[in-house]
Amino acid sequence: MAKTLVEKIWDAHVVKREDGFPDILYIDTHLIHEVTSPQAFDGLRKRGLKLFRPQQTVATADHNVPTLDQHLPIKEELSRYQVDMLTKNCAEFGVELYGLGHRYQGIVHVIGPELGITLPGKTMVCGDSHTSTHGAFGAIAFGIGTSQVEQVFATQCLQQSKPKTMKIEVNGELGKGVGAKDIILYIIAKISAAGGTGYFVEFAGSAIRSLSMEARMTVCNMSIEMGARGGLIAPDETTFEYIKGREFAPKGEKWDEALAYWKTLYSDADATFDSVLTFDAADIAPMITYGTNPGMGIGIDDKIPSTAAQPTSEQLSYQKALDYMGFDDDASLIGKPIDYVFIGSCTNSRIEDLREVASFVKGKQKAADVEVWIVPGSKQVEAQAIAEGLDKIFESAGFQLREPGCSACLGMNEDKIPAGKYCVSTSNRNFEGRQGPNARTLLVSPLTAAAAAVTGKITDVRELLEA
Amino acid sequence: MKKFEKLTSAVVPVNIENVDTDQIIPARFLKATTREGFGENLFRDWRFDSDNQPKADFPLNNPIYSGKVLVAGKNFGCGSSREHAAWAIQDHGFDVVISSFFADIFKGNALNNGLLPIQVSDAFLAEIFNEVEKDTKSTLTVDLEAQTVTIDATGSSESFEINPYKKSCLINGYDDIDFVRSQTDLIEKFEENKVFKFY
Repeated sequence: MAKTLVEKIWDAHVVKREDGFPDILYIDTHLIHEVTSPQAFDGLRKRGLKLFRPQQTVATADHNVPTLDQHLPIKEELSRYQVDMLTKNCAEFGVELYGLGHRYQGIVHVIGPELGITLPGKTMVCGDSHTSTHGAFGAIAFGIGTSQVEQVFATQCLQQSKPKTMKIEVNGELGKGVGAKDIILYIIAKISAAGGTGYFVEFAGSAIRSLSMEARMTVCNMSIEMGARGGLIAPDETTFEYIKGREFAPKGEKWDEALAYWKTLYSDADATFDSVLTFDAADIAPMITYGTNPGMGIGIDDKIPSTAAQPTSEQLSYQKALDYMGFDDDASLIGKPIDYVFIGSCTNSRIEDLREVASFVKGKQKAADVEVWIVPGSKQVEAQAIAEGLDKIFESAGFQLREPGCSACLGMNEDKIPAGKYCVSTSNRNFEGRQGPNARTLLVSPLTAAAAAVTGKITDVRELLEA
Repeated sequence: MKKFEKLTSAVVPVNIENVDTDQIIPARFLKATTREGFGENLFRDWRFDSDNQPKADFPLNNPIYSGKVLVAGKNFGCGSSREHAAWAIQDHGFDVVISSFFADIFKGNALNNGLLPIQVSDAFLAEIFNEVEKDTKSTLTVDLEAQTVTIDATGSSESFEINPYKKSCLINGYDDIDFVRSQTDLIEKFEENKVFKFY
């Protein structure tokens, strides 16, 4: 029977299927971090259990770590305690930890791919909703809660109902100044922050196919922002090329065997999806959000939709969002002064993001009143940026290159945006208070963020790019 | 996990859509390493101003509202996977959350902790909000066995869906881990016969 890619991978991981029960799904790789794991380790202790498959579990510290002076003890007491707890738990339960100071440390969704841990055909979970990032390789990857982290610790399995499938095709060529982040912000703006709920999404079409692996990760990363369980892209030569030679990628004969298997991982031509959506890449402009959920996005030269144009039941929430942001109906965002620029997070902190920003700002200066933070996704990204001299470009532009972590995406560490300030951010969520109490977040691509950093205002980057 | 029993209670209405888990429990309160105590910071930035003074107009601060049922606008629990959101709601004293739509991960987390998420129609949700606006002490009855929720004052009732397995877990207070651990032989057999072994 014809199957979608999700069905192929899912069915290959079902340990037990029984009517009236969720499937028992085998999990190949479990990634953990300091925030959502302590209660799960504690649960194991209370049950007197060990980790069922510790060698299939990898840990890093990312959410709570400072992005300055990482060689010193963490100043904030609760953060330090949580990071120390992870170290202790990993030692006690035999889990490999790439903690602070390790050359592989970084945001969990950045290090998995760069180490060759993320592979096509795998099932992967993490106590973090942006686990969908790993779907870029043609893996089934999704975020779970702490009770489920404990379940995977104890059994290497999860009880999960098979999700519905959705195909989102983006065809054609992207315009100047438009990238992967704009594609996904555009899709979410079209289908809303709940438009993918209940579905596992396969991204397809020529515009997706032409993206690099890192760009594909940006797209899959934000699948959760439309409510989807996860997003994935069928693996192809771009995928295999990226994986080959990475630290934990299969080698030698195992590589050949893997490659043969991976080449079977695509949706059959006559497979049926529960929902299919198609978009034209040419319709996508550089995107920006104006509200307090990622579905509230517009082309950067569009006007904010009016409250009256929203369904009646949604007008109250819509108006609340605009009030929070300090924006009005029908206003244009272009030229609006901003205070902070944050370039980082599991969405956009990889080397290609940093290269794109550096190539744009080379020889330029940041605007005087704007503070600009660049937070690389991992120690490896940081090292690569320095090796390529990007640090020098950032320094002379007045951008601060910091050390790896989740940082101002969610402001668990000291990297918070002050109340009322506007932050143009390459992260994934513009929720109220996400980047700090009463902070105002505008989600954009790295290129649009770089343009705002240079002008100090919301700017259509296309006007600053050479023809 | 405690057993879920039939419940009649007044409700606390939060008539806001797309309530994300950063609102339910902001990230800066996720540093605890136990499951307890998150209720104190439930909806922190909606309940308290920047000087930590309670905002009188937020329903959770308004003494006219009480009860074990939280009712909220559609797409409740979107965003981060933090189970702390379910813990905070439960720790604050709620046993049930009603909305016309839930984000997947939140729904799963709630069920795994014995907090019952009930998805009702938009129309029934509006009925509940209207009823509470008329009479803040108005009660709902939630019958998990029968899978119904009833507005007691009007007798208006709607049935809701729940996976039969999760239903039995809630009613009996079971958790998933014991169940899956009982299948260890199957898991090991699966590992031996796996389509492709990554390890």
